[in-house]
Amino acid sequence: MDYLQRGQYLYAQNIELKYGIAMPLAVRIIPCLDVDNGRVVKGVKFVDIRDAGDPVEIAKRYDAEGADEITFLDITASSDDRETIVHVVEDVASQVFIPLTVGGGIRTVDDIRRMLNAGADKVGINTAAVFNPEFVKEASEKVGSQCIVVSIDAKKVSAEGEPHRWEIFTHGGRKPTGLDAIDWARKMEAYGAGEILLTSMDRDGTKIGFDLQLTRAINDAVTVPVIASGGVGTLDHLVEGVTKGRADAVLAASIFHFGEYTIHEAKEYMAKHGIEMRL
Amino acid sequence: MNNIAVIDYGMGNLRSVAKALEYVAQGKARVQVTSDAREVLQADRVVFPGQGAARDCMRALIESGLDLAVREAVELKPFLGICMGMQVLVESSAENNGTECLNIFPGKVSNFADVLNSPDDEVHYKIPHMGWNEVTQTRDHPLWGGIAQNSRFYFVHSYYLEPEGPDLLVGETEYGIRFTSAIARDNVFAIQCHPEKSAAAGLRLLENFTRWNGEA
Repeated sequence: MDYLQRGQYLYAQNIELKYGIAMPLAVRIIPCLDVDNGRVVKGVKFVDIRDAGDPVEIAKRYDAEGADEITFLDITASSDDRETIVHVVEDVASQVFIPLTVGGGIRTVDDIRRMLNAGADKVGINTAAVFNPEFVKEASEKVGSQCIVVSIDAKKVSAEGEPHRWEIFTHGGRKPTGLDAIDWARKMEAYGAGEILLTSMDRDGTKIGFDLQLTRAINDAVTVPVIASGGVGTLDHLVEGVTKGRADAVLAASIFHFGEYTIHEAKEYMAKHGIEMRL
Repeated sequence: MNNIAVIDYGMGNLRSVAKALEYVAQGKARVQVTSDAREVLQADRVVFPGQGAARDCMRALIESGLDLAVREAVELKPFLGICMGMQVLVESSAENNGTECLNIFPGKVSNFADVLNSPDDEVHYKIPHMGWNEVTQTRDHPLWGGIAQNSRFYFVHSYYLEPEGPDLLVGETEYGIRFTSAIARDNVFAIQCHPEKSAAAGLRLLENFTRWNGEA
């Protein structure tokens, strides 16, 4: 679709896009892989991949399908085994030439440098930011904002009929922090976050779609790019994340891992719905 | 042997650039990440990647003495500037309240925040400009060889280059404004986006560079 066709389509569908129609910057699709002790877990199921636990093979596959970036979430429990993710990043970065983000267990500037030196482009900071916001400031000053993705795990805390309010939770959504999600996003931007990875803990794993109000609220509150995450079950969910939630990028795991859709299919579908994609 | 020096002035992540060069050279070139000015001068071609803020980049360059190696290389051999390695080639940058740069080419570096998102605008542009955007090749160049017009490359930046006059321009990109995303003169080519992170199009550009004789 060229810009004119897109404009006509958007008009006909009454789709409101924040960028208008003349925005060639593509919306990104980011598959997320959970890595435990060097192996991809949560069962990626590609029938024709020999070793579905091998991060390099899976990253190569996603790259070939058109992934715009890849995010690795290191869920290794034992700190003794943390070094393994560094080798994973090194191996992937020598064969896959798209941006790589690594999250999980990033607590010091040294942790960040190790990941960047291994070939990561960005690191995700989550819990460490909540307990020590100054860390985000220090990190962005040392390595540059463009490398710092602050992960925000938010849950709706307002009751039905009340104005929407979301709070930051830690420990996989179990522990409330009392921090208002919108205030927190603004604060993290001011502290040097180059991007925000926003996960709705209400929707994570549900496959019923993003929390679009949350996504929209955070997008309207900050000027840095926002990645929407949590709840994707269909390709329409991806579309809504952009057209209604106004996300700059969408992150998903299971719909791609289980082969329900390829990334290419998702991108074509989004493009058909008037969203600028890299195809 | 084709020796490619990747200039390391102590900042940022050079591994991606070196890995991508090694990948495209397929053993036909020796890629050396180096902070040694002599090695830069001895190399057949030089890649100057940049990251971080303009002031830190300039300070690190000057403190390491590598600014001289960059100037020398720009005169003598195929030279590829990437991202901040492109921006510091001009006179000055608006970053960090004004930073003097290498002044190899006439021009300056400006801030997207100063020209995008005025209060009356309906369109809201995120800054940094991050993601895959189109690069329009405004004229032929050996480094564009085999890369389709308007191919997408991966960008991450908050400041953009404004070269003086049209002579340097080889690539343009649109993000609220049309800005210069690639420049070239003689043996120098410099690009705002990250070819080392731009999948097939980026790898092709790097591969072209490994074979380029420095003639435009």
